[in-house]
Amino acid sequence: MIGSIIKRIWALLCGLRETLWYFLKTTILGKPITLMYPEEKWTPYPRFHGLHKLLRDDNGKEKCVACCLCAAVCPAQCITIETAENENNEKYASSYQIDISRCIFCGYCVEACPVGALLMTGEYELAEYTREGMLYNKERLLRE
Amino acid sequence: MDLITLSIMLLKIIVVFIAMLLGVAYLTWLERKVLGHMQVRYGPMRVGWHGLLQPIADGIKLFFKEDIVVDNANKVIYVLAPFVVTVCAFASFAVVPFGNELTIFGQTIPLRIADVNIGILYIFALSSLSVYGLTFAGWSSNNKYALMGGLRASAQMISYELPAGLSIIGVLMLTGSLSMVEIVNAQKDLWFIIKQPLGFILFLICSVAECNRTPFDLPEAESELVAGFHVEYSSMKFALFFLAEYAHMIVMASLVTTLFLGGWQLPFIDISSLHPTTLIGQLVVSLLPICVFGVKVFCFLFFLIWLRATYPRLRYDQLMKFGWKVLFPLALFNIVLTAILQIFNLL
Repeated sequence: MIGSIIKRIWALLCGLRETLWYFLKTTILGKPITLMYPEEKWTPYPRFHGLHKLLRDDNGKEKCVACCLCAAVCPAQCITIETAENENNEKYASSYQIDISRCIFCGYCVEACPVGALLMTGEYELAEYTREGMLYNKERLLRE
Repeated sequence: MDLITLSIMLLKIIVVFIAMLLGVAYLTWLERKVLGHMQVRYGPMRVGWHGLLQPIADGIKLFFKEDIVVDNANKVIYVLAPFVVTVCAFASFAVVPFGNELTIFGQTIPLRIADVNIGILYIFALSSLSVYGLTFAGWSSNNKYALMGGLRASAQMISYELPAGLSIIGVLMLTGSLSMVEIVNAQKDLWFIIKQPLGFILFLICSVAECNRTPFDLPEAESELVAGFHVEYSSMKFALFFLAEYAHMIVMASLVTTLFLGGWQLPFIDISSLHPTTLIGQLVVSLLPICVFGVKVFCFLFFLIWLRATYPRLRYDQLMKFGWKVLFPLALFNIVLTAILQIFNLL
């Protein structure tokens, strides 16, 4: 009876010790885990699913062959592609648009791409003032 | 009463009032900061250096918020409630001796607003009255959450006031007086925390419950009651409840300090026996008790915040069981023990 009471009180004191330890650790020793966001930015992990990017090959030509597999596999159906032929009778995307406001960042488009033309970058600051701003056309997706 | 005494009296009241308001403001800052650091966060950081102007920003914000009076509320009681709570919380501080004596220009100013010979009774009476404010608020809002909060507040206050009152009887038996000043003077040699360890622990627990603080914050249990008795309050009326809650914390901290931690006295050093000759020395000696008192109060307030960061809320039946079946008998036992020890001159 008395043993169990002492045990419980001891447990309460252990809890107090724990919070005090964290307090001292944060105040004196370490840094809190909070990032002071606009000044301090988080570095995404290499495989983070952020904003898409269309890639060019070594000659500066778009890698995309407008096969539309990305648009087909997209569960949110946010990719719209219009295809055309260039002077060498090659298929290319005359317009390529991702509606980032509908995108769920699943990365299926990147997986589906047969030529590795699409990539997901670590860019995560995607807020915009207008809905139109959330529509990423080819020029914006081909950015450096 | 001549003009000088009167003006000194008024000055003291104003200074103490402003100090209380500032204390309350920065107590909220302290709480957010300490809680943050205990959860490995920063707490307020943006407004001013390390968020030091945050309480002022909050105050201004609350001041300019829309003051909503609920349609179905009982208007008179609804408006009255926050004032009852605030007045009770602030008036309680009147009998707290926050220092010894201040001697300036040949005038000796006792550092307390009033030395009432029933000081403790006065504080207990006022803190009981503040329950009316909470219950009024809960009832007049005409909201089930508010009503539950008000009822819980009154039930909890009544249950915990009893052991709180009984736990200090030991101190009163040792002192033989209800006056706060007498109690502080009686602790010149040995603080009552050493003579009354059980009473101290009981009073500590009860004072946390009296302040409606975690783990006893059932009147405003967010997960069950949204915000408890002040759900329907906004703007300055809400701010008054907030103010009262934190002022109550400060009063409780001062009470614990006065009753058990020796008030403004330092251990081993008798401040009142020091008589320095230089003016600066005199000033230091007169201001030292205030600082000592402040540090003790600060420690207790830190403890309250620390508790909040550590413990989860009790269930309602646990709260009642703990109050009536554990604290109440222990407080009675403490009285009997103190009485026996005193009869045989062991204390």
